[in-house]
Amino acid sequence: MKKQFITPLIIFGLLVVLLVVGLMKAQYIRDVPSPLIGKPVPNFSLPTVGEPQQVFSSEELKGQISLVNIWASWCVSCRAEHEVLNYAAQKEGLKIYGINYKDELADARRWLKNRGNPYVKSAFDEDGLLGIDWGVYGVPETFVIDKKGNIRYKHTGPIYIQDLKNIIIPCIESLKSGQGEKCEK
Amino acid sequence: MSASAGQRGVPKDPIIFDNTQIEDDYLELSEELRCLVCQNQNLIDSNAELAGDLRREVAKMLKKGQTKEQVKDFMVDRYGDFVLYNPPFKIQTLLLWAGPFVLMFWALFAMLKKIKADKVENNADSSELSAEEKEKLQTILKNK
Repeated sequence: MKKQFITPLIIFGLLVVLLVVGLMKAQYIRDVPSPLIGKPVPNFSLPTVGEPQQVFSSEELKGQISLVNIWASWCVSCRAEHEVLNYAAQKEGLKIYGINYKDELADARRWLKNRGNPYVKSAFDEDGLLGIDWGVYGVPETFVIDKKGNIRYKHTGPIYIQDLKNIIIPCIESLKSGQGEKCEK
Repeated sequence: MSASAGQRGVPKDPIIFDNTQIEDDYLELSEELRCLVCQNQNLIDSNAELAGDLRREVAKMLKKGQTKEQVKDFMVDRYGDFVLYNPPFKIQTLLLWAGPFVLMFWALFAMLKKIKADKVENNADSSELSAEEKEKLQTILKNK
C-alpha cells in the first residue's frame, strides 16, 4: 500500500479506538468525580425528618461503617432505589443514614410511612445547603463512610441490587476487614 | 438589577446587589462555574434548581466579603475541577491544554514537509534534461 494512504488509516484507526472506549465508558463519564473521597464528612447538625426536635449530626457518622443516602420524595429514581435500601437495611444489616434533600416535611414523612423506612435517621435539608456541602448534583447519591468518618466511595444515581452486591457490600466488607480497599466500579 | 446584569439574561430569582464590584464578580463567577445538573451550561445560563442554589451561594459568599478565589475553592472542594469551565493546568489536563498546540505544530510540520517534497518534484519535472536523458535522446534521434 502506498504511504500516503497509511497515515490517514492510522489516524482513523486511533480515532475508532478512542470513540469505542468513550462509548463503553459512557455510563461512567456522566459521573462527576468527587473530590470528597478520602476526606472527612462535612460538618453538619440538622433536625431529622421523623422528629424535628431530634438532631442528626455528623459526629454520629464516626465509629461505624455506614451509608449516607441523599433522597427526596420528588425524586423518581429514588423510588426504584428505595426497595434496595429496604433490603440492604433489613437483610444485609447495613446502617443507612439519610439526607432528605429539598423536600417538604409532610411529603418526606408520607414517603417513609408508605414505602418503609430503611434509615437510622434522616436529616431534613430543606434549603439544600447541606447537599452543596456533600457535592450533590443529582439525587439519589450514596456515600460509603468508614469508621473514622471519612468518605470512601460515592455512588451517583440509584443503587440497583447488582450495585449493592457488586460494589457497595464488597466495599464495606473490605473496609471492615481492613485488608485493602475495594471501593470501585 | 442594573443594566449590566440585564444584558446577560437575568436569573429567575432576583439576586440584588448594592455594590457594582460585587455584582461584576458575581456575574463573572456565574459564567465560569458549571451547572452540575445540565453539564453544558454555566450557572447563569441554567434554570436548574441546583444552579439557582449555587448562584445564591456565590452571591452570599461575595456579599460576606469573600474573594472570587475563595468562592472558586469552595466549589472545587465540593464538586472538583469539573465545576470550572476554565480547568487548571495539571498532569490530568495536560492533554487538554497541550493537545491543540501539539496537533497544530504537527500539522505545520507535515505541511512544510509536503511543500518541500512538491518543490523537489517540480524541479525534477523542469525542462532541463539530465546527462543520462540527453544520451538517451541522442540514441533515439540517431536511430531514426
